[in-house]
Amino acid sequence: MTDQPINITPSRWQRLKDNDIYWSFINSPGAMIAAAITLICIVAVFSAPLIAPFNPFDPSQISLWDGKLPPAWAEGGQSQYLLGTDNQGRDMLSTILYGGRLSVLVGIAAVCLGMVLGVSLGVISGYIGGATDAIIMRIADVQLTIPGILLAILINGIGRAVLPIEVRDEFAIYVVILAIGLTDWPQFARVARGATLVEANKEYVQAARVIGLPSWLIMLRHILPNTLRPVLVIATIGLALAIIAEATLSFLGQGIPPTTPSLGTLIRVGNEYLFSGLWWITFFPAIALVVLVFAVNLLGDWMRDALNPKLR
Amino acid sequence: MLAFILKRLAQSVLVMAVVSAISFSLFNFVGDPVNNMVGQDATREQRVQIRIDLGLDDPILVQYTRFMGNALQGDFGLSYRIKRPVDELIFERLPATIELVFVSAIIALVVGISLGVYTGIRRNSWISRTVLSTSLVGVSLPTFIIGIALIYLFAVILRWLPSSGRGGVVDLGWWKTSFLTVDGWRAIILPAITLSLFQLTLILRLVRAEMMEVMRTDYIKFARARGLAERSINFVHALRNTLVPVITIIGLNIGGLIAFSVITETVFQWPGTGLMFIQAVDFVDVPIMAAYLVFVALLFVIINLVVDILYFVVDPRIRLGD
Amino acid sequence: MSELLEINDLDVEFPTRRGTVKAARGVSLTVKPGEVLGLVGESGAGKSTIGNAIIDLLERPGRVAGGSIMFEGEELRGRTEDEMRKVRGDRIGMIFQDPQTSLNPLLTIGAQLVETIEKTTGIKGSQADDRAVELLEAVGITEARARLKAYPHQFSGGMRQRVVIALALAGDPDLIIADEPTTALDVSIQKQILDLIKKLCRERDLGVIIVTHDIGVIAEIADRVCVMYRGEVVETGPVAQILGAPNHEYTKSLIAAVPRADQRLHRFTSVDYIEGGDEERRRIDIQTHWLGEARSKPSSEDAIEVENLNLSFTLQKAVLKKNRKMLKAVDNVSFTVKQGEVFGLVGESGSGKSTVARLIAGLYRPDSGTIRVKGTDITTKPKSAEAVEARRAVQMIFQDPYSSLNARMRVMDVVAEPIRFYKMTSSEAETKQIVRDLLDHVGLGAEAAIKYPHEFSGGQRQRISIARALASRPKILICDEPTSALDVSVQATILNLLKDLQEELGLTMLFITHDLPVIRQMSDRIAVMRHGAICEIADTDQLFAAPEHEYSKHLLELMPRMDLLGTAAE
Repeated sequence: MTDQPINITPSRWQRLKDNDIYWSFINSPGAMIAAAITLICIVAVFSAPLIAPFNPFDPSQISLWDGKLPPAWAEGGQSQYLLGTDNQGRDMLSTILYGGRLSVLVGIAAVCLGMVLGVSLGVISGYIGGATDAIIMRIADVQLTIPGILLAILINGIGRAVLPIEVRDEFAIYVVILAIGLTDWPQFARVARGATLVEANKEYVQAARVIGLPSWLIMLRHILPNTLRPVLVIATIGLALAIIAEATLSFLGQGIPPTTPSLGTLIRVGNEYLFSGLWWITFFPAIALVVLVFAVNLLGDWMRDALNPKLR
Repeated sequence: MLAFILKRLAQSVLVMAVVSAISFSLFNFVGDPVNNMVGQDATREQRVQIRIDLGLDDPILVQYTRFMGNALQGDFGLSYRIKRPVDELIFERLPATIELVFVSAIIALVVGISLGVYTGIRRNSWISRTVLSTSLVGVSLPTFIIGIALIYLFAVILRWLPSSGRGGVVDLGWWKTSFLTVDGWRAIILPAITLSLFQLTLILRLVRAEMMEVMRTDYIKFARARGLAERSINFVHALRNTLVPVITIIGLNIGGLIAFSVITETVFQWPGTGLMFIQAVDFVDVPIMAAYLVFVALLFVIINLVVDILYFVVDPRIRLGD
Repeated sequence: MSELLEINDLDVEFPTRRGTVKAARGVSLTVKPGEVLGLVGESGAGKSTIGNAIIDLLERPGRVAGGSIMFEGEELRGRTEDEMRKVRGDRIGMIFQDPQTSLNPLLTIGAQLVETIEKTTGIKGSQADDRAVELLEAVGITEARARLKAYPHQFSGGMRQRVVIALALAGDPDLIIADEPTTALDVSIQKQILDLIKKLCRERDLGVIIVTHDIGVIAEIADRVCVMYRGEVVETGPVAQILGAPNHEYTKSLIAAVPRADQRLHRFTSVDYIEGGDEERRRIDIQTHWLGEARSKPSSEDAIEVENLNLSFTLQKAVLKKNRKMLKAVDNVSFTVKQGEVFGLVGESGSGKSTVARLIAGLYRPDSGTIRVKGTDITTKPKSAEAVEARRAVQMIFQDPYSSLNARMRVMDVVAEPIRFYKMTSSEAETKQIVRDLLDHVGLGAEAAIKYPHEFSGGQRQRISIARALASRPKILICDEPTSALDVSVQATILNLLKDLQEELGLTMLFITHDLPVIRQMSDRIAVMRHGAICEIADTDQLFAAPEHEYSKHLLELMPRMDLLGTAAE
């Protein structure tokens, strides 16, 4: 429907300003800070090649002589390495930016995979009902019998075992995305199905059926857009969980290999040096991870309240 | 009541059948077990012999039936790596995991529910606000980072508590416990806190949300209109109605503790089943992976069964029917 | 007699982000012991706010901004929470609308009663039990002692409301505030509950405030009436004067909008105070317009023929047939509707009237029986081309204006959907013009096309639904309780619109409602339904004058007495 009326009485911008969600956002300092931090984090990590002082993947810029340097302000620190260097002499700030990019990418990709899979199955399950519903939801139930992170470890482990050793590192990132995405889908399916059941009983869907629209069109045009609110909340919280899941997998040595480190891999590597007092190799990636996840969670938390009609 | 439990039991059996089928298929999908059993220099004849010995040439259904028969007796075969019976390995390490999960569950439930109730009732006090903001940080802290931070603070800097292992263990013959020595207790504190923190914050936020939901219902408003005391409204009317949905989450929560024990045990080198599992995944030690999967699913199913029965006790609408 | 409650100049404010909303402005009213005061008004009039303000239970952030509330000679404003708690339950009892949600589901009736008795009267232990039994007996619950151990879900809706009343009486209060106490109940139970409240009021010399939107309830029970409009009391007086000879313009239009059971009017008189009155409607010329091209010519054919229709729903699944619990929703229903006729289906909730409507609309498939639309069988081969084509002639208007429109679509797209889907026009520009015409014709104005449903009131949304139904150019319109979620004045304008459309387009209409006066105004013939079966089919005037079936008689007896209303001018 590309229906652009000539004279929009209230403009889109006015509509937005009048919107309860927008209002709730403007009046919630927590949500604004969270959105700002999330935005800064995402912009920073995606522009890593532009703003990072070094390229940690370029061997010519790395010198082992500069390894294990503390942050610039500490004794023995060098000014060009603001947050110090890791055991291989890579600049911490640059590795965190590049690693963050990988973490965010994996998180978003995994959530998208889980969301697309879960929402389509959930909407179909809820609208069609009957045996289709029973089969899809039983599969989801069985999967939920196994805790998410365990399943991710398992799928990830199987994925790695199936791949030939030579390409394991190369494909590790896709295996991780697949593992987390496949773990996520039942959540989305449940929420989407629940929302679909509510919507399908509403009279506008019945009106569409009386008009004679086919099922697929009703699902696509009427039900799907109305289930997106709860799905969006789950997706935001899911993004935080997916970033944690990737970090956890990588920390356990099951995820992204150290050659192209993510935040989790950096923490894993740094953890080995923690006892020798090289705290910064673990500390800064950990802080970056927590701040990122916290901001996303804060956003999701606000969204859950703002989008819940009962609380308004 | 009986019909209800039988129905749930039937569902549980179904779930276990599916999970065991999946864990059985691990053997066929993941790598060639023969490669795992013999060295690189084994001859072709040796390999064929092992295939026959393991029954790998039988039809899939026969293999599955054999697997199920053995699994029902707790027999999951030999670990590829350690070459010892899997059930023996699991039972050896089970006490460590169970004790850790038990202590964590107590911490998460007691602290989580009481803080949840408090923040649900005193919605606007500054303590509630502080607790709530802190809890969001708690949800955002990955378990392994909590573990590392606690180790660094209490083991490396302050040197108050050990950073790894179970400490002093007393062997009761069938159960090795760390509850009977001071050393054991010192060792369990950090991992238990690490493991419980995430679930604690989840429980806290859920109890609070449920409490606030219940506070908005008509029957609470009606109780107010009858002039009932605030105390009675909070604890007789609101809390009990809050507990109904919370019970489900507590079930899931204990399951979550088992899952995250994998991470906690790795960080603290805690000699439990979780650590064993992660090592097994590293080495593609399929028998252990399969057994652990079945074992965790079994625990979950049992917990869900208990939750359903609890529902029955708490909610007269289910107990008495409509 | 001295006043039990005297409210003077009460102001209640709700601060919101769009400025302070004054929910009540300068409200003054009095209640004497042994008197029922009806507080009547439409949604948003602020009537519930008054009840909540008296016992200081306003929803946050509402607050009393001015005036006084004198109860038994004492000021209630400015009391502490502890002091108010001694007033609530002990001296002022409250009854809420929905008995399904007013009782704690996890505690027995006995526990809830005893707790309230102990708090309000200080009676403890087995004496409190005895008192609970007395109370339950007083509200007409038999085997009261055994019922103490029962949980709320084991009672029916009407019985629950009795328990709620017993709880309100537990502290032996002097004043009862009942907020829409019968709105959630069926007609037959409504009458019993109102009789009970009236009886208790007389026996115990209670003051009662009944807050309601329903003139029928007022006519049934109130001694005096306060009419509220937009936060103000516009008129107060004895019930006979307010209903029979109202003074204020708003009261006049409100009373004129009440459907009459005693006579059929051609249209409702529309008065200024009603939203979307007919004056603003820009009608299209049906003779020449696209919409009129397909209108039905008068003929004596049957538009809908329903034969031996049956449908059961499974209440409880089971593998064995004998363990399954089935509900016979539609039980061997047969009727025919002539072309151009308005056929009414009336019955209480659960009578199967809506299910019949949905079967004809094709939303359910019958277990057995046939439905013919304009002679075409739509049940045996529902997917066949003829059946699909025939069903296109049937459109439906639903009950809930808030859920019958997709909130994510502009009104333009909502109304244009059938036109676009069936490619009923030659160009998109033509489609848009038709949608704007339709919106004009139903009284919304073409500007409505670019807005979203949430920007409209309930009555306006119902007009959008009507426009959407018209866009399919239907021959048959099924109206399933189209006005039962609306205020009475809005109801009058929607019913007028439906009558107009029916006449100009020659529509065949199936009108479903639980409301006898409404169906009298709308229908030519009526079928009375109960438990899925039709009891009686008769011409409207015949049915109201001389019902034949026992159940029809019973229903007509339960209708609120409206003889206080004067003869409205046509």
